Amino acid sequence: MIIETTGLTREFRVRDGLRRRTVRAVDDLSLAVEAGESVGYIGANGAGKSTTIKMLVGILVPTAGEVRTCGLRPVRDRRDLARRIGVVFGQRSQLWWDLPVRESFEILATIHGLPAGEARARTAELVELLEMDDFLATPVRQVSLGQRMRAEIAAALLHRPDLLILDEPTIGLDVLSKQRLREFLVAERREHGTTLLLTTHDMGDIERLCDRVLVVDHGRLAYDGTLDGLARTVGAQRVLVVDLATPADDLTGIPDATHVRSEGGGLRQHLAFDAESTTAARVLAAVSESAEVRDLSIEEPEIEDVVRRLYAASR
Amino acid sequence: MHALRVYARLLVAGVRRQSSYPLATLAGLVANATFGLLKTGILLAAVGSAGGTLAGYDVGTMSAYVWLSQGLLGSVNLWGGSDMMQRIRSGDVAIDFLRPVDVQGAAIATDVGKGLFALLPRGLPSVLIGVLAVGVTMPATPGPYVLGVFSVLVGITVSHALVYLLAVTGFWLVETRGVTVLYMSVSGLFAGLFTPVWLFPDWLRTAAEATPFPSMMMYPIDVLTGRVTGADAVGVVGVQLAWLAGVLLLGHVLTRAGRRTLEVQGG
Amino acid sequence: MADALARLAPYRAVLASRVRSQRSYRANFVLDLVGAVLIGLMEFTEIWVLFHAVDGIGGFTFAQILLVFGIADLTFSLADLVVGHCDSLPTYVRAGTLDVFFLRPQPVLLQLITSDISLRRLARATVGLGALVAGLVINDIAWDARSVALLAIALVCGVVMFASVFVTAAGLQFFLVNGAEMTNAFVYGGRYAATQPASVWPKAVVVVFGFVFPMAFAAYLPVTALLGLPGAPWLPSWLGWCAPLAAAWSVTLALLCWRWGVRHYRGAGG
Repeated sequence: MIIETTGLTREFRVRDGLRRRTVRAVDDLSLAVEAGESVGYIGANGAGKSTTIKMLVGILVPTAGEVRTCGLRPVRDRRDLARRIGVVFGQRSQLWWDLPVRESFEILATIHGLPAGEARARTAELVELLEMDDFLATPVRQVSLGQRMRAEIAAALLHRPDLLILDEPTIGLDVLSKQRLREFLVAERREHGTTLLLTTHDMGDIERLCDRVLVVDHGRLAYDGTLDGLARTVGAQRVLVVDLATPADDLTGIPDATHVRSEGGGLRQHLAFDAESTTAARVLAAVSESAEVRDLSIEEPEIEDVVRRLYAASR
Repeated sequence: MHALRVYARLLVAGVRRQSSYPLATLAGLVANATFGLLKTGILLAAVGSAGGTLAGYDVGTMSAYVWLSQGLLGSVNLWGGSDMMQRIRSGDVAIDFLRPVDVQGAAIATDVGKGLFALLPRGLPSVLIGVLAVGVTMPATPGPYVLGVFSVLVGITVSHALVYLLAVTGFWLVETRGVTVLYMSVSGLFAGLFTPVWLFPDWLRTAAEATPFPSMMMYPIDVLTGRVTGADAVGVVGVQLAWLAGVLLLGHVLTRAGRRTLEVQGG
Repeated sequence: MADALARLAPYRAVLASRVRSQRSYRANFVLDLVGAVLIGLMEFTEIWVLFHAVDGIGGFTFAQILLVFGIADLTFSLADLVVGHCDSLPTYVRAGTLDVFFLRPQPVLLQLITSDISLRRLARATVGLGALVAGLVINDIAWDARSVALLAIALVCGVVMFASVFVTAAGLQFFLVNGAEMTNAFVYGGRYAATQPASVWPKAVVVVFGFVFPMAFAAYLPVTALLGLPGAPWLPSWLGWCAPLAAAWSVTLALLCWRWGVRHYRGAGG
């Protein structure tokens, strides 16, 4: 087991006006991740994801319960653990903002005590795979968000950690950058067997990267299984949004799809359908029979929505 | 009338922002009191070794000087940085020019609001600590207090109007750190933060009097403690007002010029 | 030896990068240097004004206080140069830099200390150095092994004490994220106290800066011992030789506060 927690609990004292009350950010969480797995850790904002990660890496001490990461106790063995994990927190940089990207890599290689040859080879490998050549000489503060995230991930992987933890790695990135990053991570895992734990708000990240999903809600584990299983459990629906050539009445009679709402007097209509029972193509074909479609888009289920449904279903 | 309401509202906004950090206020008070005790020690020892009076100060009036200057510390700006400086550097000032209020007036009113609010949690307690822990001599008649309060208000305004001048140099200077450092290095000494200006040797005192700095702190304390009274006190406040008018006028001119620079360069 | 060098390599790498980045903003760097000297000169002027207005204060003449100011200011500036940035811990917390330190295989405090260095404070140190040299020249000092040893002890212990004060501040700022200014009371208040003759201090100040944060040991006491002056009540001049004890206490206090602060940050309770 590369990650193993039993009854992991973390409480915070927060000020509520004049009074102080205790909030349980993580509540009796027990989970196990095997080496080589790729796990998506999802939940609404404030569900306890970041708190869990901070306990896994040794920044926070649990209020109760046990945690082992790479077989080590994160707080007591923090320095040994640091050599075996790589972490990217979406909003906090581990790079030196006023130095060229390359220099951050050099400093980090020294920090992790990598032999010069190995450091050079590994940096070259990451630079090539993450296409960082263009901005290697640019100070970190001047690179784009997408470039910075690639550099952050490279920085976290420089010392070939057994476990890579990514907190919202694709937040704010454009479609192309997301795609590139996901491809790299898939390749990296195939090559080195790195275990991956990531939190995200993007279902696409989970779909392309993770074979297992953990859903946390109010600090508790609400689901543990495959993404397909999750979709089945909650019946998360995708939504087909069509723009019509002329305003039309609400499209209510489409098989296996339900009309959600219309905008612009019927020019744009939202149709929800269940990915299990039909396909977008079939819904579109049915729509085309009664109206001329000029444009369309498909909205994936929101993670917040999935969690909400999961919560409703469990009651 | 409308303009007045706008400034009043901005003033209140300044007060509110200040009051949302009670721990910061307490922290400032602790630091203030510590420095106050250290200043008291050395200055009273100086009065003692001068034989009981030094440049017109005795133990009680020197102590009054120390604790009033400590009390004003949170209200006047001696370090030179300001929100306006940040806004000009970031370019946000362009938004300020779109609002139907005078940019200079709004910036100074907000800062004076913060400064006035600081008198409550930082100023008065500092003076109170001085009164209780050391003892101070203050005037027994109401006159100095009435004129003194006005003089303090003018002093606080002079300091923020001056700091505004530093900020608007940012329209032309890429880096305002130089002027800030320069300001910071002379303001404390000439405003009379660590020793009263009246202890200076003649040439240094003359130099100080040729600057607006004593108007920020030294003069208000002189008026409030009754070191100057009657017509002399009115004269001192007149000097303060003259400096205020000059600094405001210069600020006004620079703001207009800066706005033109901004329009020419497109922000 | 090689092993020790290897262990120091991470810190050297970070520090070298800080030095490079500061030199790359040359214009600002020069401005900061000039500003630091100016502020140092103004602080010196304040003392000069006071001792110019009267013959002596607290049993010290201007010539004698030059030595106190020189030692205190020089050692404070050197400590500030190396660990002064610890004093802004809340900035590190807010930017998440501190969390990043936890993810690296070095002790967090050492990473914090070596995460930055402010070269411009070298300029600040020249003011203190100037005052010290002037003080050593104009005072009548019997130069022998004893006085040289005393001066060396004072300088080394002064730097250690002030550095400890910065670390103490960092430790306490874990609790005072919005009230970090409170530590100014003993960081900058301590520096100010150290430049004064301790004989003028009220009792409360003697307790705080004589013993809790032993600033009297940084300059005043060694100078009284060096010049053969009488000490202050509670602070006899022979205590000038005890600066190493005061430094050891400062370090202990700093490490305790830092440990306590980190425990609080990680939520392990007080």
